[in-house]
Amino acid sequence: MTIATLPAPSRRLGQRFADVLVLTGRNLVHIAREPLQLSDVTIQPVLFTLLFVYVFGSGVVLPGGGSYKEFAIAGLLALNITTSAMGTAVGLSTDLNTGVIDRFRTLPMWRAAVLVGRSAADLSTAALCTLIVAVTGLVIAWRPHASVLSVIAGFALFLLFSYALSWGCGCLGIVSKGPESAQGIGLVILFPLAIVSNGLVPTQHMPTVLRVIADWNPVSAVTAAARHLWGNPNPSATIQAWPMQHPVAASLLWSIALLVIFAPLATLLYRRRTTG
Amino acid sequence: MSLPDAGWARVAGHDVVREAAAVQRNIGVTAQDATVDEVLTGRQNLVMIGRLSGLRRRQARVRAAELLDQFDLADAADRMLRQYSGGMRRRLDLAAGLMTRPPVLFLDEPTTGLDPASRLRMWNVIRELVAGGVTLLLTTQYLDEADELADRIVVIDHGHVIAEGTPADLKTQTGGARLEVTLTEANPGASGALEPYVAGPVQLSQGGRRLRAPVRSGGGLASTVVRALDAAGITVDDVEVHQPSLDDVFFALTGRPAEMPAETTGDRDETDLEVARS
Repeated sequence: MTIATLPAPSRRLGQRFADVLVLTGRNLVHIAREPLQLSDVTIQPVLFTLLFVYVFGSGVVLPGGGSYKEFAIAGLLALNITTSAMGTAVGLSTDLNTGVIDRFRTLPMWRAAVLVGRSAADLSTAALCTLIVAVTGLVIAWRPHASVLSVIAGFALFLLFSYALSWGCGCLGIVSKGPESAQGIGLVILFPLAIVSNGLVPTQHMPTVLRVIADWNPVSAVTAAARHLWGNPNPSATIQAWPMQHPVAASLLWSIALLVIFAPLATLLYRRRTTG
Repeated sequence: MSLPDAGWARVAGHDVVREAAAVQRNIGVTAQDATVDEVLTGRQNLVMIGRLSGLRRRQARVRAAELLDQFDLADAADRMLRQYSGGMRRRLDLAAGLMTRPPVLFLDEPTTGLDPASRLRMWNVIRELVAGGVTLLLTTQYLDEADELADRIVVIDHGHVIAEGTPADLKTQTGGARLEVTLTEANPGASGALEPYVAGPVQLSQGGRRLRAPVRSGGGLASTVVRALDAAGITVDDVEVHQPSLDDVFFALTGRPAEMPAETTGDRDETDLEVARS
């Protein structure tokens, strides 16, 4: 009578992958149906880029010289990627407050697929965000001065960071009461994280406390790494803090650390929240 | 699924705690609140749930199309759930629970909030499923629903089982039928004329035109009553002998009318009928 028979252990991994694929697809359908939700990775990046480059850019003088436009694109990408990670928290929280999760609980599926599928879909929106910032940059005359491989490596670091950050935000989405509170708390955490960094202004003239935070901020590491890999002005290179001296290694370590901490934590929290 | 505080349960021979995955593969669940994705279309919902239940893509598509046809949702298959009516949503929810043809099905108040036509339609769907060999456990607060659909009824009041049996069993347990007589005009002698045939006090209403009393149902009671009243010179418009309904059973068991629990909220305290069929 039943079609679904006990899957053999060899099929189990394939089934898990299929579960992730199905849920990623589901989240992408959601995004396609509600394109306005995407404004934080489509309209916002264009708006931020133009505002920061033309409003701030006119007043910022980079230590060591260089064009603010070329300096700012990596920072703007960092800003957009970091703030849009909130989407994971909001999306997951929305799901948890609708009945569809109750349905998932009754299915013989891989439970963590809900989280992996969410993070995969959010990675694709982060990729879209990256593309839009890059194109906007190119339009206003940002140019990388490095090999194609090096430029791609810079973008890859951003995407890895975005993916790692989305697991942190996933935890937030699971513990928050609803999408509104997830968004509220997310903003309070992510906005300072994005701003107290070397993204939009050089850290050299910040007050000591902020400067130390900015120099060790993972967002700064990723931004400095991208500037380094793209051959753009990188005033942080003269700062003695270890992450600013080794931005590529530092951003890799930060991303891996975030993943190692938050992926298991999110799985645990999700399991706890969905088991009575 | 939730973990029990105490005790044990087996579904289709599998322990719900130790063999949760095997249980999940054998059951279909339709909860009281819609557990479908509002943003996806009906078809997308079914295919998603089928895939997550271990069906291959093609199997899931074929089964989804089958169920959409069976539940009269083929025309709405590619519309977003948001645009579905309450009845359509319930049917889709039920279809979602049937993707893998589970041998055991749980339905939590499947017709709550539906209009009478959708309700009858849902009943027919449920009857067909049971006729097809599915074991069904359904909870309901509608006693007529339990009467219509159940082979076995368990009445739960404030978390405790207070009665169990077939609908006929339960009705017999709680006694007999009710006699209702409507006279052409009120007559003070009517109560007295009924006295020998009833099993309790006679209640009057409508200015004495209508008389109600509990009776022990027996053959020819209506004729006997009409003859007795006729002999007393009383003209009768209408005589009815009501067999006990589950409402009467419920009232007898809990000491309050069946409408009451519908107003209580919170799942632990409400009075539910668990209906099992196989």
